[in-house]
Amino acid sequence: MREYDKLIFECSVEGRKGYSLPQSDVPSYQPPKNLVRSSAAELPEVSEPDVIRHYTNLSQKNYAIDLGIYPLGSCTMKYNPKINEEAAKLPGFAEIHPLQPAETVQGALQLMFELDRMLCEITGMSAFSMQPSAGAQGEVLGLMIIKAYHQNRGDYKRKKIIVPDSAHGTNPATASMIGMNVVEVKSNAEGGVDLDALKAALDDEVAGLMLTNPSTLGLFEKNIKEISDMVHDAGGLLYYDGANANAIMGITRPGDMGFDVLHLNLHKTFSTPHGGGGPGAGPVGVAAHLKDFLPIPVIVKNHDLYDLDYERPLSIGKVKGFYGNFGVLVRAYTYIKTMGAEGLKRVSELAVLNANYMKEQLAEYFELPFKQACMHEFVLSRLKNNPSGITTKQIAKRLLDFGVHPPTTYFPLIVPEAMMIEPTETESLESMEEYISALVHIAREAVENPEIIKTAPHTTPVRLLDEVGAARNPVVTWQKEDTNKKQAIVRKGV
Amino acid sequence: MKVIEGYFYSKDHEWVKVEGNLARIGITDYAQDTLGDVVYVELPEPNSDYQAGEAFGVVESVKAASDLYTPVSGKVADVNGELTDSPEKINEDPYGSWMIAVEMSNSSELNELLSAAEYQKWCAEEG
Repeated sequence: MREYDKLIFECSVEGRKGYSLPQSDVPSYQPPKNLVRSSAAELPEVSEPDVIRHYTNLSQKNYAIDLGIYPLGSCTMKYNPKINEEAAKLPGFAEIHPLQPAETVQGALQLMFELDRMLCEITGMSAFSMQPSAGAQGEVLGLMIIKAYHQNRGDYKRKKIIVPDSAHGTNPATASMIGMNVVEVKSNAEGGVDLDALKAALDDEVAGLMLTNPSTLGLFEKNIKEISDMVHDAGGLLYYDGANANAIMGITRPGDMGFDVLHLNLHKTFSTPHGGGGPGAGPVGVAAHLKDFLPIPVIVKNHDLYDLDYERPLSIGKVKGFYGNFGVLVRAYTYIKTMGAEGLKRVSELAVLNANYMKEQLAEYFELPFKQACMHEFVLSRLKNNPSGITTKQIAKRLLDFGVHPPTTYFPLIVPEAMMIEPTETESLESMEEYISALVHIAREAVENPEIIKTAPHTTPVRLLDEVGAARNPVVTWQKEDTNKKQAIVRKGV
Repeated sequence: MKVIEGYFYSKDHEWVKVEGNLARIGITDYAQDTLGDVVYVELPEPNSDYQAGEAFGVVESVKAASDLYTPVSGKVADVNGELTDSPEKINEDPYGSWMIAVEMSNSSELNELLSAAEYQKWCAEEG
């Protein structure tokens, strides 16, 4: 079944059904002609076991952190403790309704209030909003707050957002989304912000600077205090992209570095489930001078009762229905409470240690553009010994044959053929060794048997795909004709 | 990397071939090579007006989507619709694959552009 690659339509057999309805005991009704299809919908005709086997087979093609190492740089694919799920399933959390009166959901409000306090302690900010449903939405909210701050002071000319060339793509995208102009500044030789380039970009039209620290190169921005003073002196604010917060918990805080606004990706640092179309959470934290602009409602504590405060005249409004994706907040809260202050510090220490271990082991075989100690992730470039020009894309495909997930590739853009590896703190020495040995094996193949890399993957259900052909001539729906042809061929063969 | 003598070049990697007052515009060999296999191109309607430096379309490869900038101002007199159906031509023959022909409103803008030799130097510095 490893080779299973059917579409549900290809499982269809004429006349087969997966349901049986009782005899209708109400009169039939003929809807108006214009609402009735002229021909039957071409739905797959399958039995219940057909459907279950089909989707179970497909589900087994998934790769997940619960199956093995997933060192996708900048994504913090750490193991998500199952106790998080247990907490989120508690009926008092899972079965409440967002329109329930505050006095009947005190526990849920308390959880959000306390999560706010805990995230403030971790980041050095003054207040949080749990509303944004993902990091990208958090970024939008963060910049809306920066915009509101300037406009509230009657300063409408600040339209520039400065972004380093190593930034996550969401940063410039966010700035454009809210009508700001993006100004890119180059990185210096050590991978940090070039202070001269920054100086040149600063003027009285700067609304703010967006920065990830550690940067997407996995390097700590040592000049952060200087950068923060320069931007503040020019009247701008500092936005912290919390994507890489897994490296700094309990060690340093964006608030102490001078950041005014930040978002955290709970699915990265705080072990809530990643993507998959499911709900996410990207809480936004602000320093005291920006508190009044946070979205409504804000959770407040009056004596011993929690309540939702909508009376915030300077609030930018709402960015999402109700209070955010609450179930995700429960998981993050559970994680923080389970780990404790010392535990979270240990998380960051081990994440950094693991990344440095892998970096040192791999530096013998791959170009390492930045030699200094890394934080929670590191970036490699091309193979050192590469007589037949193997690309990073080919290495990533070949890694699939070893049953592991490739790292992030071709990002950050400023490193050619980049491979960005983030093992996270939850990988054991053995699982990292296994990954390293797969990459070392591929490095040797690049010299001894490059063909096997160029034609990889060899063991996956779907082999090397014609990306260019698929993009130039996309076939995006099921083509009935093809199936008929395929079936006809099969019948002929029989 | 191929360049053609006598064409004008922009720092954004567009080339301009001048035919009287008409400027044919495409992307350079360096641009197509950096982009990789081009899979999609979006071009403007004829008669649209553009200022120099304005985006007139989009070129998309397996790697990236990039805006196309016109190096000269003017009205679009002609559009190479063939590229929309066969974007691979941009990879195969970048200097034969003109994208738009612009009726120049200010041909002195050509003075701002690079010569073949200057462009080659610019690419060497960038790469």
